[in-house]
Amino acid sequence: MLKDITLGQFFPIDSPLHRMDPRTKILLLILHIVAIFLANNTAGYVLVTLFTLMIMLLSRVPLKMYFRGLKPILFVIIFTAVLNIFLTPGTKIELFNYETPMTWEGLVLAGKMALRLVLLIITSSALTYTTSPIILTDGIEKLLSPFAKLGLPTYELAMMMSIAIRFIPTLIEETDKIMKAQKARGADFESGSVIRRVKALAPMLIPLFISAFRRADELAVAMESRCYQGGSKRTRLNEIHFASVDYVAAAIFLLFFAALITLRILL
Amino acid sequence: MIKAEHLRYAYNAAETEELKFALDDVDLTVSEGEFVAVLGHNGCGKSTLAKHFNGLLLPSGGKVYVSGMDTKDDAYYWDIRKTVGMVFQNPDNQLVATVVEEDVAFAPENLGVPSDEIRKRVDEALKTVDMYEMRRHAPHLLSGGQKQRVAIAGVIAMEPKCIVFDEPTAMLDPKGRREVIDTILKLKNEKHMTVVLITHYMEEAVKADRVVVMDKGKIVIDDVPKKVFSQVRLLKSLGLDVPQVTELCYLLNKAGLSLPNDILTVQECADELEKLFK
Repeated sequence: MLKDITLGQFFPIDSPLHRMDPRTKILLLILHIVAIFLANNTAGYVLVTLFTLMIMLLSRVPLKMYFRGLKPILFVIIFTAVLNIFLTPGTKIELFNYETPMTWEGLVLAGKMALRLVLLIITSSALTYTTSPIILTDGIEKLLSPFAKLGLPTYELAMMMSIAIRFIPTLIEETDKIMKAQKARGADFESGSVIRRVKALAPMLIPLFISAFRRADELAVAMESRCYQGGSKRTRLNEIHFASVDYVAAAIFLLFFAALITLRILL
Repeated sequence: MIKAEHLRYAYNAAETEELKFALDDVDLTVSEGEFVAVLGHNGCGKSTLAKHFNGLLLPSGGKVYVSGMDTKDDAYYWDIRKTVGMVFQNPDNQLVATVVEEDVAFAPENLGVPSDEIRKRVDEALKTVDMYEMRRHAPHLLSGGQKQRVAIAGVIAMEPKCIVFDEPTAMLDPKGRREVIDTILKLKNEKHMTVVLITHYMEEAVKADRVVVMDKGKIVIDDVPKKVFSQVRLLKSLGLDVPQVTELCYLLNKAGLSLPNDILTVQECADELEKLFK
C-alpha cells in the first residue's frame, strides 16, 4: 500500500510536454484549472475534455498511469457524486421510492462535478509526470523570483522542496521497516479503539523522527562537502529557458481558452 | 597532498570532565596519487580523522594542510572542499536530487560551472562509475552499490584531486561492496586520483599502497599492507582481524609449517603451499 503513492513520479521519456519550460507548464496548468471551472455547457465540457485528452496523448505517458493516479481520490469523487445526486433539488427520478429522492438535476450536477475533478487530477499529474521535481522547483523558484526582492528566500524554499520530494520514498521505506520491526516485537497497530491506535503509533513515530534528524544531519554534511553554499552563484545542469515549443503551446492554449469563453458567452 | 601535523581533536566535553581526545598527536602525510587505507575498530578516531581532511572538522591542536592550504584558514574554505571530496557511509543520505544525473550535477552547480561544462563533467563521471545508462533513473530505485557509485560520481564531477571514502561499503551487500571497491581502484589506477579509504574490512585494505592502523586516536602502524598484516598478534590485540588467508598461514606456521608470514591473497597462499609440498 505504501508503494502506490504516485506523488511527484516523474516519467523520464521524451515528449513535447517534457520539452516545455516548467514555467509555461505551471502557468498553463493554472489557466487550465480556471478553464475547467469556466465550462458551463455541454459544448464547453466536450471542449475541455478533448483538450485534456490531447494533453494526455501529447505527454506520451501511458494512459494507465493517469488512471492509477485517479485511484486515491476515487472515494472523494463517488462521495461528492452521491451527495449531489440526492441533495440537489429538482425533478424526482421515480425509480426507487426513497425518503430523499434522486433528482435529474442532481444526476447531471454529479456528472459535471465528477468530470471536473477527474480533469483536474489528470492535468495536474500531467505536470508532475512530464517535469522532474528539480526542474519543477526550478520553475517555481523562477516564477517566485520577483518576490526575492521583498526578502523571500526563494532559492532556499526551492531547495527545501526538492529535498522533501527526494526523501519521500526513502522515509516511506523506513516507515515500512520500522512498522515491521515493531510488529515483530508484538506491537499492534490495527486493533482497539481510535485512541489506542493513535497511542500505538508512538513507537513507530519516535524512531522515524530520530532517524529523519540523523539523515538530515548527514545530508547537511554531505552537501557541505560538495560545496553547497546557498543560492546566488549556482548554475544549473539543465538551465531552463523558453523555446519554440513553449510559444506554440501558449498559442494553442490561448486559442482554446478563447474558444471556451466564446462558447460560454454564446450558448 | 594532505599533511597532518601533531593533529589533536577533542569533542566538546562537559566542563567538569577531562578533555577526551578523539585524535591524539596524529602525524600523517598522504602523497599525490597514493592509495592509503585507514583501519581501526569502532571509535578509534578514523572517521574523525577523515573529516579533518576537507575541513569539516577543524583541529583543536596541530595543523592539517591540503595541497599546502591550512584548513583553519577561512580564505581556503571552498578551495579545500573542492580539492578533497568525501564519500560517506550511507548512500541514501548523500543524494540530494530525484534523478541520477541531476544529483551528480549538484557539486558543479554549486561551484557555478557553466551548463555545457556541467553536462560534460556529469556524463564523464557517470561513465567512470559505469552508471551512464541509468542517468535518468530515480536514485531510490537503485541498489545500494549503484547508489554509492552515483554518490562517487557526484564527487568526481566536482573534479577533486583526492577523494576520502568514509566506510563506503559498510552498508552494502557483498555485490555492492565489490562494485564500489572496483570503482575506487579504477579511480586510483586510471584517473590517478589520491584515495584515502577508511574501512574495517581487511580485504579492502589489502588493495591499498599503504595501510594506517589507528587505535584510541593514535596511529599505531603505518606501513605497506604486507608488513602490516604480517603482525597478526598485534592486530588481534587491537581488536582487528587479518585477511583470512593471512590468518590461515599464521595458524599453519604455528602448527609447524614454514610459510612466509606476509601472504595476502589466496593465489599467493596456494603458490606457496604448492612449493612447500613439492
